[in-house]
Amino acid sequence: MSDPSRPLLEVRDLRVSFETEDGLVRAVDRVSFSVENGRTLGIVGESGSGKSVANLTILGLTRAENARIEGSIQFRGRELLGMGDDELRKVRGNEIAMVFQDPLSSLHPFYKVGWQIVEAIQAHRDVGKAEARARAIELLGEVGIPRPERRIDDYPHEFSGGMRQRAMIAMALVNEPSLLLADEPTTALDVTTQAQILVLLDRLQSEHGMAVILITHDLGVVAENADEIAVMYAGKIVENADAPTLFGAPQHPYTWGLLRSIPSLTAASGEELHPIPGSPPSLIHVPSGCSFHPRCPYAQPRHAEVEPELERVDDAAGHSVACLLAPERRAQIWEELRK
Amino acid sequence: MTEALLTVSNVVKHFPLTRGVVFQRQVGAVRAVDGVSFALAKGETLGLVGETGCGKSTVARLLVRLLDPSSGSIRLEGEDISTAKGDELRRLRREVQIVFQDPYSSLNPRKTVGSIVAEPFVIHGLEQDKAGRRRAVQELMEQVGLNPEHYNRYPFEFSGGQRQRIGVARALALRPKLIVADEPVSALDVSIQGQILNLLRELRRELGLSLIFISHDLSVVRHMCDRIAVMYLGRIVELAPTDELFTHPRHPYTRALLSAIPIPDPTLPPREPELTGADVGSAADVPPGCRFHPRCPRCEEPRCTSDDPVLERKDGSAGLAACHYPLQEMQPPPGAAKAAG
Repeated sequence: MSDPSRPLLEVRDLRVSFETEDGLVRAVDRVSFSVENGRTLGIVGESGSGKSVANLTILGLTRAENARIEGSIQFRGRELLGMGDDELRKVRGNEIAMVFQDPLSSLHPFYKVGWQIVEAIQAHRDVGKAEARARAIELLGEVGIPRPERRIDDYPHEFSGGMRQRAMIAMALVNEPSLLLADEPTTALDVTTQAQILVLLDRLQSEHGMAVILITHDLGVVAENADEIAVMYAGKIVENADAPTLFGAPQHPYTWGLLRSIPSLTAASGEELHPIPGSPPSLIHVPSGCSFHPRCPYAQPRHAEVEPELERVDDAAGHSVACLLAPERRAQIWEELRK
Repeated sequence: MTEALLTVSNVVKHFPLTRGVVFQRQVGAVRAVDGVSFALAKGETLGLVGETGCGKSTVARLLVRLLDPSSGSIRLEGEDISTAKGDELRRLRREVQIVFQDPYSSLNPRKTVGSIVAEPFVIHGLEQDKAGRRRAVQELMEQVGLNPEHYNRYPFEFSGGQRQRIGVARALALRPKLIVADEPVSALDVSIQGQILNLLRELRRELGLSLIFISHDLSVVRHMCDRIAVMYLGRIVELAPTDELFTHPRHPYTRALLSAIPIPDPTLPPREPELTGADVGSAADVPPGCRFHPRCPRCEEPRCTSDDPVLERKDGSAGLAACHYPLQEMQPPPGAAKAAG
């Protein structure tokens, strides 16, 4: 049924907006991206950039009375956007699984961890309780929970933060999904735990051959784990490239700003940071023209009128940027900034 | 180094664990802070880092006397904060102010920015006349980069970064000698964090402030601090000048923390996390001997499992470490190999 020449997931011109009392929230505005089998796409952006909404929409989790969703989301050649709820439920948690940011609020506090994993298995597979339980124990062991045959009968509060996230990952993997959506999977965790979880995800990905969409605000995390990276700002993708290109030759002023606002571990400790001035815009009142223009140090008056399109950059395959500055000018600015 | 502004000696904070309702009996204690000592010089910035539950925020709350220590002393220019009462405590509190982590829950949503920033004046009976108080508040707002005309606005009208500026203005109101900043940027977006860090650095320079900067983020701490104290389960396990801590950590826990920081450079080879297996222990059940031993890759029995190491100077170090088998070799800072090549 699926065409091997096409990507596993292909999102085209996705728009998601919500009718609210304060006005129309344009959370995702004509976003396109695709993920190939076994690859990792990193989506980077600040709060309110639309990165989570785009991903929740893939699984139909933004469907609501006040939501307007347009565009196309093709998964293995099937259109997910128009799919009926019953049919989508067969995909969700089965072929496409999700790991959320906060493992404490995404596990049910009243049920034992094992029960919740067994439920996830039985929702999609016609297997007996004993068999499902054996599978749950096997998976808890695989994600690195010690003595899984005993811990399976613990409640979520008896797990530490890192163990809860491991349990969430086990639950996501029970049905061997071909695509895993991980929305800030390590943000709530300590750095040492974060490092372990990222290594775990990486290992499981190569063992199971899954594709992963890794959503994060942390450039360090995507640098280590993503093959391709999309940078989102105010509901749009502003830059798109493979990881070495995005970090080596970024083209968008917002990407520059993100890279320059993190304190480096190698530069002299007294160096001044270069934060981006201002703050991210409200998605109800998105600035006209290039939505980054009010914060962009290189903005020209006409940038408030013309909306930039995502255009290809010649330096690397798949590199594209939505910026009104001339390509030579961008290259020149980045040369100066990187010094 | 100049004279000490703050001297913390062997401070302990235990929270009792009780059982029973009517006849409560103590069955144990959460040893949140378990014997912490350090000194802070005038104008110095000391970083406190560690993972969740290491006691760093409890130290912050002890320093501003939001909590009373179980034992030990906290001296500010010789006067003991930890036992002061009444007027004396009120006077000492003017000298030490705190900036909290979450700019959403640390500002009263029903008060205007003007009255939030003026509150310290009201409490301490300063700037009694209305016009003078307003002027003082607006000066503070300007100093932290807020528009003074927004005096009558409410917190919800401000973004996260601006709210954190309000928190900083409130902390500065009484011209304190010491500011304790407890994770002041961890609730903010990356592009905004830098704005607040730059603001704190600027204010420190202009006002000659001393700063205790608490964070779980080592790159942020490195950027801000002269010295860094690494905490683990209620103790300082390493305390060293910033550059030394990053280039030559002595404690295996410090090195593990450093190696866990993700580096924004995709060309670096993948790393293996140093700490596998066990998670952070519990402060209600502190391991015997060195409290880090269950997770330590260098643990040697029986010494590490029975003998509690003291924080002391190691061979050739400027800093202190609490470890029986401190690391000898230099450690290139993460990502340095690439930068040098």
